[in-house]
Amino acid sequence: MGILEVKGVGKRFGGLQALGDVNLSVQENTVHAIIGPNGAGKSTLLNCLVGKLIPDTGSVTFDGNSVLGRKPHEINQMGISRVFQTPEIFGDLTVMENVLIPCFAKRDGAFRMHAYESIEQEPDIVNKAEQMLIDVNMIEKRHMTGSSLSRGDKRRLEMAMCLAQDPRLLLLDEPTAGMARADTNNTIDLLKQIKEERDITMAIIEHDMHVVFSLADRITVLAQGTPLVEDTPDNIKGHPKVKEAYLGETQEV
Amino acid sequence: MLGLNKTDSKFLLIVILLTLFTPFLMQPFAADSGLDQFNGGYPDLMQKVAIFGIFAVGFNILFGLTGYLSFGHAAFLGMGSYAAVWMFKLLTMNVIPAILLSMIVSGLLAVIIGYISLRRSGIYFSILTLAFAQMCYKMAYSVLTPITNGETGLQLSLSDPRILDGATESTSLPVTNIFGLAMNSSYKLEALNRVFTFNVGFYFCAVIAIIAFYIAIRLFRSPFGMMLRAVKSNQTRMNYMGLNTKPYTLAAFVISGMYAGLAGGLLAAMDPLAGADRMLWTASGEVVIMTILGGAGTLMGPVLGAGVIKYLENIFSKINESVLHSWFHWLPDGLEEVVVWVFARFTGEGWHLTLGLTFMLVVTFLPGGLVEGIKRLKKLTKRGGKPKDKLDAPDPEHTPTPSKHVV
Amino acid sequence: MDAILLQILNGLDKGSAYALIALGLTLIFGTLGVVNFAHGAIFMIGAFCAVTLSRLLSLSFETIDPTKTDFLGNPATIKTPYVEAWFGPEFGSAMIDWAVPLAILFSIPVMIAVGFIMERGLIKHFYKRPHADQILVTFGLAIVLQEVIKYFYGANPISTPAPEVFKGSFDFGVMFGFDPNAIIYPYWRMVYFLFAAVVIGAVFSFLRFTTFGMVVRAGMADRETVGLLGIDIDRRFTIMFGLAAAVAGMAGVMYAPILSPNYHMGMDFLVLSFVVVVVGGMGSLPGAVAAGFLLGILESFASMNEVKSILPGIDQIVIYVVAIIILLTRPRGLMGKRGVMEE
Repeated sequence: MGILEVKGVGKRFGGLQALGDVNLSVQENTVHAIIGPNGAGKSTLLNCLVGKLIPDTGSVTFDGNSVLGRKPHEINQMGISRVFQTPEIFGDLTVMENVLIPCFAKRDGAFRMHAYESIEQEPDIVNKAEQMLIDVNMIEKRHMTGSSLSRGDKRRLEMAMCLAQDPRLLLLDEPTAGMARADTNNTIDLLKQIKEERDITMAIIEHDMHVVFSLADRITVLAQGTPLVEDTPDNIKGHPKVKEAYLGETQEV
Repeated sequence: MLGLNKTDSKFLLIVILLTLFTPFLMQPFAADSGLDQFNGGYPDLMQKVAIFGIFAVGFNILFGLTGYLSFGHAAFLGMGSYAAVWMFKLLTMNVIPAILLSMIVSGLLAVIIGYISLRRSGIYFSILTLAFAQMCYKMAYSVLTPITNGETGLQLSLSDPRILDGATESTSLPVTNIFGLAMNSSYKLEALNRVFTFNVGFYFCAVIAIIAFYIAIRLFRSPFGMMLRAVKSNQTRMNYMGLNTKPYTLAAFVISGMYAGLAGGLLAAMDPLAGADRMLWTASGEVVIMTILGGAGTLMGPVLGAGVIKYLENIFSKINESVLHSWFHWLPDGLEEVVVWVFARFTGEGWHLTLGLTFMLVVTFLPGGLVEGIKRLKKLTKRGGKPKDKLDAPDPEHTPTPSKHVV
Repeated sequence: MDAILLQILNGLDKGSAYALIALGLTLIFGTLGVVNFAHGAIFMIGAFCAVTLSRLLSLSFETIDPTKTDFLGNPATIKTPYVEAWFGPEFGSAMIDWAVPLAILFSIPVMIAVGFIMERGLIKHFYKRPHADQILVTFGLAIVLQEVIKYFYGANPISTPAPEVFKGSFDFGVMFGFDPNAIIYPYWRMVYFLFAAVVIGAVFSFLRFTTFGMVVRAGMADRETVGLLGIDIDRRFTIMFGLAAAVAGMAGVMYAPILSPNYHMGMDFLVLSFVVVVVGGMGSLPGAVAAGFLLGILESFASMNEVKSILPGIDQIVIYVVAIIILLTRPRGLMGKRGVMEE
């Protein structure tokens, strides 16, 4: 029994069957990659996991509890954090403040005013936020505003924000899309480090096979809304069905 | 000091000093200098500056931090006034219970309006608040006439019970006071060829304004303030971070509604009558203009905006054609007529035209308001002087840049 | 039954005005993506077009009639409007009498010019700015326009009568077999409703059946794509702004006999028209029209004595109550589209 269980999930947009009968089991403390060509339904699947979309059929359970029909903030409180394809950060706030917010947002998400104390009066939280920035190697940029960062930095910042919540499951939507090779490698190293240092489960949606094969413990290949194969990276390499699905794509498999 | 860091303490101290010395500062011209009409050091104006300063600071807590543009804050102002006058009628002429009730009642109204309006964002939120305020206004004129006294407005009368004050035989209406010290009493000081007026009402408003401003600083610097700015910046991220943003925005709405109620209560405390006009949407528009003109999202901006607008309103309204003629009498006759005609369009009755034009110019060219203008000027003078020192750069953590308004 | 019919009729003229203003607001919002707080001021300027034309037509010169004397014994002066001298007394006085309908012809070029100047001079610079900035700058513009009109025409309402033929009322009830005088309806209000129907029909068919309208509708749906097709969408949108201004202006012209124009009538109508737009659904033209009539009629129902005796004061607030209820139950308004103004 995995920490995240997807059973028979299907989703239709008008005449398009975006997902049809997806079964997926993500084991605790592993990195599970979901790959597939464009239009395979990867993003739809991810949106179903975080409550942005509600699937037409099937069930999604996290740690035994259903996530379907819950609001995004409730799903997050269950312990699922999401890194977006286009980084969703607080553009008007400084890098430090960006990380302070998830540190203040307690796990239960309960509303606390904190209206009459200053941020400096909470050294524990400030230290934690600083540690997060050190982890993602952004501490020297703490005073910059979010919108002035480069794309790679925004990603790293978003990752720090998600990690600051100590999630049990981290969902990454194409964490290296649009990145230069060097930045990609930095991100891979960062993710590897996170994987080693923390008890965390990761589900990655990714195009770049280099990233997938350096990180994943298990890989699910999606094609046209249905899972094609699920196996270890070594077995996926050279799998005939996968090659077929990717035919015409310029990915090195 | 008081839980503020060094920069903020200095800032607060400056504000306190400026406020306390307002009677001097607003009386810069000697009585016989011919510039007397530019003096603003009379109680009515100074009180208004302090009161509308509170109103704008409160509005800024909502709009400046969360980006929710309310067009209905006048409802709370009006509500505050009604509540205060009722307190004067029923309980006592002491202003303390009155303004406390103003805050409570408008706070409750804000809970209701906020709870419903905040279910929508953007332009829908603006229209919903506008609709609620107009509804309050119309109701004050019609159904609620027994409470609001309709078009005449709510006034004191000799037959009011005033339980705590006891019966008096006096045939004139009592005046508002604080533990016996009348709000309208003043001490006049004649010095340096000027008359300085120290008015109890003004100092009462000033002290409350300082407290309100101090609380606003604390709010801005608190984690709560940071959360609100985060709501403005990216709601999606807030939701995906497990935070339900509604309680935060509602709290901000209620706090800013209470500030507005406090301002309304103070208006009634200075002049104990309340009319539905205070709830009209143009009054909401006024506080929006003050906040934007000064600089939304900054601490000083709203106060500055309220001060500038109330001061100019008073001064401009007083400049009529004969004053203009006395200024431009040195010009050749034909030219004088033209110049006076042009200026007369913008002064006196034309004050609203000036206000509208200024507001348009500020929104178009200086979205950060006067505060941003001052910053830009500072930068220019600095660049002209020495190369910019890195240490001089303001600590970005403590001077958040006025960001674009997001509705 | 007759009472209900009467209230529906009473609601039609106000509803027509709401619908026409809301239609223009929606056109501007749908095409340019701008929330225009100055649209009420355009309506007001339209009403003052009627005032201006009626004043222009009544411009007179004075002649001395030696055969008559006034009560002081001086020779009497007679004022003769220029139009009467030029076109003969009968045609001339008819022109003065028909000043309001004639003002429509006069207002169209004026309002289109006002619209163009507003769009090119100011609003153009606000396309990329947040909606809050657009609201604020057009709010400022509304104040300015209002003050300018106030300077030229004073603060008091100026009564501008409808042509003599349309004075008096039409006994509707008799036509449907009710008692005489049960349902009487002023002629001019009926004219206003018919006029509004024609304008609304014209705007819809313009958008529906012309290529220009097709491009505009495509642009409302997806501005970028249309731009990529090599179509100069901005120029067309400017024209749409002029059109929206003309619609609001004509609504104002024809409303002048119903409500004597004053400088703040624009603001009063704007608040209600915004409520109408939001109830109809931001960006939906049929929604704006439907909501305009719906709210106009509801308002007139709420002012019935029977209703007021149960819910005192409801006539003053019914529009707001309905707006709040609709927004909370149907967040996008009656016919709003998904994704419009959601962020």
